Amino acid sequence: MVWLLAGATLITTLTTVGILFSILFEAIEFFKVESFWYFITGTEWTPGVSDAKFGAVPIFTGTIIITLIALIVAVPIGINIAIYLSEYASGRVRDIAKPIIETLAGIPTVVYGFFAAITLAPFIVNVCASFGVEASFNNALASGVVMGIMIVPIIASLSDDVISSVPDHMRKGSLALGMTKSETIKFIVLPAALPGIISAVLLGISRAIGETMIVVMAAGLRPNLSFNPLDDMTTVTVKIVEALTGDSSFDSPETLSAFALGLVLFVLTLLLNIVSVMMIRKFKEKYKSSNL
Amino acid sequence: MSTHNPFFDPTLKKRHLADKIFKFVALSALLIAVSFLVIFFTDIISKGLPSYKQAYVNLPVTYNKDTVADSSYAIDEEHYELVSRAWYRDMPMYATAHPEVMNKTTKEWVLADDEVDQYLKGHAHTLTDEQKVVVDKMIKEGSVELQFNSIFFSTGDSKIPENSGFLSSVVGSILTIFICIAFAFPIGVMSAIYLEEFAKQGKVSTFLEININNLAAVPSILFGLLGLAIFINLFGMPRSSALVGGLTLGLMTLPVIIVAGRTALRSVPASIRQAAYGLGLTKWQVVKDHVLPLGMPGILTGSIIGIARAMGETAPLIIVGMIAFIPDIPTSFTQASTVMPAQIFTWAGMPEGAYVERVSGAIMILLGVLLTMNALAIYFRKKYEIKW
Amino acid sequence: MKFDIKTKARTPINANRQIKVQSEDLKLWYGQKQALFGISMDIYKNSITALIGPSGCGKSTFLRCLNRMNDLITGVNVDGKVIIDGKNIYDRDVDEVSVRKKIGMVFQQPNPFPKSIYENVSYAPIKHGIVKKGSDCDELVENSLKSAGLWNEVKDILKNPGTGLSGGQQQRLCIARTIAVKPEVILMDEPTSALDPISTEKIEELMIELRKDFTIITVTHNMQQAARVSDYTAFFHLGKLIEYADTESIFVNPKIKQTEDYITGRFG
Repeated sequence: MVWLLAGATLITTLTTVGILFSILFEAIEFFKVESFWYFITGTEWTPGVSDAKFGAVPIFTGTIIITLIALIVAVPIGINIAIYLSEYASGRVRDIAKPIIETLAGIPTVVYGFFAAITLAPFIVNVCASFGVEASFNNALASGVVMGIMIVPIIASLSDDVISSVPDHMRKGSLALGMTKSETIKFIVLPAALPGIISAVLLGISRAIGETMIVVMAAGLRPNLSFNPLDDMTTVTVKIVEALTGDSSFDSPETLSAFALGLVLFVLTLLLNIVSVMMIRKFKEKYKSSNL
Repeated sequence: MSTHNPFFDPTLKKRHLADKIFKFVALSALLIAVSFLVIFFTDIISKGLPSYKQAYVNLPVTYNKDTVADSSYAIDEEHYELVSRAWYRDMPMYATAHPEVMNKTTKEWVLADDEVDQYLKGHAHTLTDEQKVVVDKMIKEGSVELQFNSIFFSTGDSKIPENSGFLSSVVGSILTIFICIAFAFPIGVMSAIYLEEFAKQGKVSTFLEININNLAAVPSILFGLLGLAIFINLFGMPRSSALVGGLTLGLMTLPVIIVAGRTALRSVPASIRQAAYGLGLTKWQVVKDHVLPLGMPGILTGSIIGIARAMGETAPLIIVGMIAFIPDIPTSFTQASTVMPAQIFTWAGMPEGAYVERVSGAIMILLGVLLTMNALAIYFRKKYEIKW
Repeated sequence: MKFDIKTKARTPINANRQIKVQSEDLKLWYGQKQALFGISMDIYKNSITALIGPSGCGKSTFLRCLNRMNDLITGVNVDGKVIIDGKNIYDRDVDEVSVRKKIGMVFQQPNPFPKSIYENVSYAPIKHGIVKKGSDCDELVENSLKSAGLWNEVKDILKNPGTGLSGGQQQRLCIARTIAVKPEVILMDEPTSALDPISTEKIEELMIELRKDFTIITVTHNMQQAARVSDYTAFFHLGKLIEYADTESIFVNPKIKQTEDYITGRFG
């Protein structure tokens, strides 16, 4: 019986190994066509033409910029929600607010994508037009903002857990010195919770980089090396979807490029997740065996 | 009492102001999140509600040999373009099945073209000025109206907007989630039991734990790549099928169920285990008869949340081909099918306003299902929250 | 039972002693449950007053009333007066933040902040505007750590985290950071109950030292400690002040039977 249980547990390990290998094999095939070096440093992505080039830099910058916009939205909102819920809100407010935040987390990404593409992107275009600025209908801003709202609950609920687990005697120690509540939060509670909050943000970044539907629906398809958030941009996940849903045959370089991009995505999110898990473990150990 | 206040500190005014601002900023973050939800739901509902009604026109329909041979003659020329192409397509079959209508011209309600529907609902449309005059006249006569959109709830996808429905993707979702649960729940619970009750603490269990935590955060699209490589290319399972989609989602849901399961088992107090051991039961008996039943509510709560998430997932299913065009309701696990979020995705890419409306209508159904599941999970959590 | 009544120079008990803190008919409720029943007592300047009594007798609750720490607990209602320097700290125009600045507190569990030793001490004075960052601040940190008897042990590791110190050192760090704010009264809530005997002795010596500059009120479970360090002792039971006098009278010649029973270990 125990062996059966152990076998079941093995499936998760097999899944990780499976993901790694299913991506790795095809990615190796891809790097026979395009050099690894050009893939990570080249700025031209032209898969359709006869002399196809696969320089992924414009795809990476698109991913980075949309992720950055998402963080600019999600980090302040998420952390401030966590501060309000853990330090200020009464039990009743918490009981109402927590399910609301959980609702945000429960909205499928395809729905967020629809909202970004149909409501927010045209709204941004109109607002920009009224200031005489031209914005693309596939502007990175719309995807980024909606993605930010999508990761607010991740950052908020993890930070809330972490801030709540900062021992109360630290707050009392500061208040007893005649510090105000906000001073106590800013200078004692938040620094103490910092490793946990960073871990939450890293997890948010990992989610943003790997998010697919919002960008597939609202961001562009064109690899566009631009830093203007009102331009259209594309991301790693968009290109993976495009390559695998297109008409090209399975062993064409374009299809294989999806796996090379998948490999980048896997390695990057793996690193972020592991660092995040390690930090939160460290934080928990610190306050489990809190002084003495 | 003297009026002198030895506790008066002039610097405090500024500090208390900073205090208030800080609290206000924190509160406004919460309010921003809440107002986003309000805007979001208002937007979706205002776009989606009209999709539950559909325009029908009341016109004289001529059934005879000629019109059955070419149904475009069944409606007079003036109103020809106001009727759905789907109706023209289905009319001969209807006439064959109901010979009693033949050789008569009767006034009846027929499905209108989606542009008439959009015009009636006040949305953007492509009706010409002449057509508008005709429709306006019909409105006055009461021979065009919005009726309950039964097509939306009873059919599958269609290239004709007014004829497309959501049911095939609902059924697809049910089939897919069935596979997902059948795969992930037993394996997830078994893994949780193993890790929590049997595995020895050490490097291996730390590795397994980090691996599971990591897997829970791997981008879902990568599970799609895995499903494509393993289930379709390696095992040769049918592409676009509920089987492949369900297994892919199952692998994705597994870590969520394991984490929830472990937390639930851990919260069963040691005293219960000790009491059971005291009766001379074996470890397996203790777990099976005492620990597991007590942990079950927690496991179920976590699993419902994981399954709701799987139900809203699109990206990996696109990769395994579940965005196929599915007009008929699937009846087996190996048939090509689509799921609710994938249907939403395909419709969202269509140019016609009628599809935008249907997307919003479909989103309302999907959100209704998912939020009900989440609310159930929260309810169970509260109900079975036992303070040991 | 014999008590080692402290031999070190006691504050002479004389008519010139000054009242620093005055509690008048202080009552407190936790929700519906009353925890303090009209406590009235005068606490004298530059002395150590020990509050003793069995668990749940209200001595810690009373202590927390003196710097309004009870305000932080929801559902607490306080009635009565605590007069410090001629002003009731529960008056509407008194800010609890400035009360806590003037009346410092040291807790049962050493609770240094997860910051460097230096920052642990400098944090509050900078916020209060007592000093600015720089040499003034360095001096204040040094003096505070010296007063807390910790300077020699930490002067080379000021940048290390305060949480890395031993329990006794942590508690002296907490005392140092309290002193740094220059309070007039220091409340101590069982300051040594989490410490080993050697650390306890150091803290006790420190308390006697600090009495020169501060008024100290301490809650203790350890009657030997009350006898060793305090000038005055108050015995609490079931939310009431049973007996309050100079330490010698309480321990050698208690007037009330309950006090005697408690200090001789018959209950508690």
